[in-house]
Amino acid sequence: MRRRMLPGFNLSLGYSLSYLGLIVLLPLAALTWKASGLGLGGLVELLRVPRTLAALKLSFGGATLAAAINVVAGLLVAWVLVRYRFPGRRLFDAVVDLPFALPTAVAGIALTALYAPNGWIGQWLAAFGVKIAYTPAGVLVAMVFVGFPFVVRTLQPVLETLEHDVEEAAETLGARRWQIFLRVILPMLVPTLLTGFALALARAVGEYGSVIFIAGNIPMKSEIAPLLIVQSLEQFDYAGAAALGVAMLAFSFVLLLLITLLQRWSRRWAENAP
Amino acid sequence: MKLLPAVLTLLAALATTAVAAKNVTLLNASYDPTRELYRDTNAAFAAQWKAQHGDTVTIRMSHGGSGKQARAVADGLPADVVTLALARDIDVLAERGLLPRNWQQRLPDNSAPYTSTIVFLVRKGNPKKILDWSDLVRPGVQVITPNPKTSGGARWNFLAAWGYALRQPGGNEARAKAFVHALYRHVPVLDTGARGATNTFVQRGIGDVLLAWENEAMLARQEMGGSDVEIVVPSMSILAEPSVAVVDRNVDKHGTRAVAEAYLKFLYTPQGQAIAAKHHYRPRSPQVMAKFASRFPKVQLFTLKEVFGDWNQVNARFFADGAIFDQIGPGN
Repeated sequence: MRRRMLPGFNLSLGYSLSYLGLIVLLPLAALTWKASGLGLGGLVELLRVPRTLAALKLSFGGATLAAAINVVAGLLVAWVLVRYRFPGRRLFDAVVDLPFALPTAVAGIALTALYAPNGWIGQWLAAFGVKIAYTPAGVLVAMVFVGFPFVVRTLQPVLETLEHDVEEAAETLGARRWQIFLRVILPMLVPTLLTGFALALARAVGEYGSVIFIAGNIPMKSEIAPLLIVQSLEQFDYAGAAALGVAMLAFSFVLLLLITLLQRWSRRWAENAP
Repeated sequence: MKLLPAVLTLLAALATTAVAAKNVTLLNASYDPTRELYRDTNAAFAAQWKAQHGDTVTIRMSHGGSGKQARAVADGLPADVVTLALARDIDVLAERGLLPRNWQQRLPDNSAPYTSTIVFLVRKGNPKKILDWSDLVRPGVQVITPNPKTSGGARWNFLAAWGYALRQPGGNEARAKAFVHALYRHVPVLDTGARGATNTFVQRGIGDVLLAWENEAMLARQEMGGSDVEIVVPSMSILAEPSVAVVDRNVDKHGTRAVAEAYLKFLYTPQGQAIAAKHHYRPRSPQVMAKFASRFPKVQLFTLKEVFGDWNQVNARFFADGAIFDQIGPGN
């Protein structure tokens, strides 16, 4: 047997597995067990209700769109914070973490206060007939807000280790700026961007606190899936609530799996790139 | 580190004196708008109990949405008494064996020592001229009311609208359903709780009229938007009966039954009733009501029982999954 670098492999593996089991798998098992009261038929039945479908569509669609927006905006912000030196940079850097630290309900109320038709931003938009608060657009705004730091924070360390010489080499070989970005820098960043995308997506899918205040919560229009879970709980329908939870979990799992596969593929592609 | 023994001695000393003076602690699980009411009630009851028995009663409060509170108690929150927004939430506890099913007969007036009703809160000067339920479905009127699936108060709103339509000349179930359907088409935001809806209306400036508990509306006018809103009392509304009960399983475990029962009975005394009236709840006692009559506008009130039967029937018919609210609520 090959000697391992660190001693106590069995102990640490055992510890990791039991910790993972206790913190992650046990609650998920309890959730599935609660949902099992409904049976597979009941679960399928639940997913065929138009209102449930609409809520799932909003939660997953909104989260995907929000994560995509965050990837673009986050890349820009991370780039600026890593590559440029300007006064107040550290302050800006710290501000990025605020959506992490703020209680989500506070964020929701603040965003609603801003975007409501009588709010600072909302009143200007209202003049153009644009409504953000209490519409699906409001849901998107809240989801972008909570997911933003995930993209920036995953990108920063990678951008910092990116070698300037590669870019300089490309430039001496006659590449234009956009070529350098598209063919040299971006391929190296794609796996990290996907990680940031996945984190932002996962966070937004399950987000309740901040979305609920700005959403309007009208069934079929601006109602998110986690709210349906809360509604089932209010009616003491534990099995129904757990079933919806399991459905969301399954969707999220499939999405994250797809992203991981995409990441692998992109890494291989980046390595094999000419 | 040297401090530790000193602190421990002090704590031990405190604990012994506490035992000698016989401290009793009660936990009251209540719903959101009762914070101010119970702050005063608790102080008055503690003073009375101290005078009569010499013991110090401390009443701790837990507030939240009524349904959420019921769930917390069902799941193990050790509340000695529950004071919730509707009997249905206490029925749930009875179904789980925390108290007997006939709990509502154990205290006078269906175990609801104070009542309230559903009124309208409108913008200053009532620009949309909203005077009664029928004005809510006029074109261009936006109504704010929370989701009856998540809010006890919103269930009273729904039932008040239904009962009004039913009791109009020529009213019947089909017409009531059509009226409530039309009403929810005027609802742009469906908050999860009564306080959230009040916020949406008062702070965010959404909507022309807020359907609210009478006590919440009066509080909102008093504290939140003072001069910006006014109350409109419709011609007819529902008598909302927020219920109270001792949680038998918990008081027997804590040995607090006597205090807990006395605490709830205190709500029915002239002093308790006056405190309720002061906080905009309609007192049951005719004498106290007469004293505060100027605060409570006259309105024709119907009870849940008269129009709808009991909460089990109401829930199955209106608020269960796929029931009437799901068919005619917003988005339909």
